[in-house]
Amino acid sequence: MSDVTMRIWRGDSTGGQFENYTLEQNEGEVVLDVIHRIQATEAPDLACRWNCKAGKCGSCAAEINGKPRLMCMTRMSEMPEGPVTVTPMKTFPIIRDLVTDVSFNYAQAEKVPALLPPPMPEGGYRMFQEDVERSQEFRKCIECFMCQDVCHVIRDHEDNKQHYAGPRFFIRYAELEMHPLDTNDRRDLIREDMGLGYCNITKCCTEVCPEHIKITDNAIIPLKERVVDAHYDPVAWLGRKIRRKTKVSAQDAAVQPAP
Amino acid sequence: MFEERKAVTAVESSTQVVLGGTRGGPDVSTLRQDRWWLQPVITVSILTSFVIYATWAAFQGVNYFVGATGVHELISPFYSPCLSTSCVEGSNSFGFAFNVGSLSPALIILIFPLGFRMTCYYYRRSYYRAFWWSPPACAVADAHTNYSGETRFPLVIQNAHRYFFYFGVAFNVLLTYDAIRSFHVIGGGWGVSVGSLVLTLNATLLWLYSLSCHACRHICGGQVRSFSQHPIRHKLWKLATPLNAKHMNFAWASLFVVALTDVYVRLVSSGAIRDLVFF
Repeated sequence: MSDVTMRIWRGDSTGGQFENYTLEQNEGEVVLDVIHRIQATEAPDLACRWNCKAGKCGSCAAEINGKPRLMCMTRMSEMPEGPVTVTPMKTFPIIRDLVTDVSFNYAQAEKVPALLPPPMPEGGYRMFQEDVERSQEFRKCIECFMCQDVCHVIRDHEDNKQHYAGPRFFIRYAELEMHPLDTNDRRDLIREDMGLGYCNITKCCTEVCPEHIKITDNAIIPLKERVVDAHYDPVAWLGRKIRRKTKVSAQDAAVQPAP
Repeated sequence: MFEERKAVTAVESSTQVVLGGTRGGPDVSTLRQDRWWLQPVITVSILTSFVIYATWAAFQGVNYFVGATGVHELISPFYSPCLSTSCVEGSNSFGFAFNVGSLSPALIILIFPLGFRMTCYYYRRSYYRAFWWSPPACAVADAHTNYSGETRFPLVIQNAHRYFFYFGVAFNVLLTYDAIRSFHVIGGGWGVSVGSLVLTLNATLLWLYSLSCHACRHICGGQVRSFSQHPIRHKLWKLATPLNAKHMNFAWASLFVVALTDVYVRLVSSGAIRDLVFF
């Protein structure tokens, strides 16, 4: 087969530059295979994260020809003519070469209030299949953080990291908000502290998701609609007020002694 | 069953996050080599053409209704319902009208379909990318230095989408009535013409666009926490979900056909062409 030129970002927090490596292209290779061959032959100090080589651990996320992709799932045969550019994820601070510090995501994960079920009823909790199926899609997330990387809210505006959870965590919030046993209401939190309103639904997170999770349609937009229920819909607000009042009146009537 | 919920705040995070760290890669707006600019160019071209045509058509105030001069009654979707005292005789099906002077009847009502499309989640994606370049394409730099998304006025108004959806549904009912009326032959009986088929196609696509809307899916059943406790809403949600997956297709198709319907009615009304009657 013909040769291929890999244009790889080499550097750390003090700076960096592209370095070209030209090597023979083997049939059936993915980008990660070529990176490993470069490590084995020309640049043993080239840093990259990887683990499963099967698209299930999310470790080898990088930007290939400018787009966030898993190196282990990107076939060299798919690449257009010319050098293949590989850079680290742009949204996160660089550690070295293709390795970035993704601790922003771990901090966001810690902030999510956990599931809080009601007291255990007699016979235990019961979940029905339709409720289980609803959040199944969100559980496919492998935490590669490419959705976080491509999201322009933090990719192009570093200051927004202080008040924006990002698509990966909106999936988590959606999963919890759709859980039938949860008693926590996260709508205020999502709106005020997690910055759901910053998302302008340009769907890049959905485009890059290697698990094909419909992040925008099935998680972010449903969350936005739930925030509308809580904050921007006067009819829903009136309905809640009436329901609450009716409920309180019924409870009051129940405790009144009979005449 | 578990309706009572308590608002919670974020859990304190122990992970230190350094903001403003050095990022890897060159300082360029994108490293993409594909034709990422093509989609914004197509979107701008189509939406701009539609806006120019719709504005021109809305200000015309003539040739929007085919009445007694034709075989079938046809009304342009830009002018239905026609609620101005200046409406052409026979075009007002309501029995009441507003006196808006010489203003075109279309200008009274167009805010509702316009608002529905402007606040639509799909169109938002399209025009934020194509017109506002925020961002122009995935992994291409945002054209703005500051960004507050939809958190402030005026973009916070996007949250009113469900109200425009309600108006959209009401308009669909009226346009469906117009489509049914177009099968009625003036002078008695029923028949089919190209015009009646065009109005029917328009109403059908507008229904599909409205029913595939994200707000509709949420109202159908998306807002409930437990599907098992709301089986009817779960069924409605399951009906809305496959439609929702095609929302983009319905958005474009209905946009094209609404303009096409106006063009057809305008041509017939002005006498440029005759409405081809099948029977």
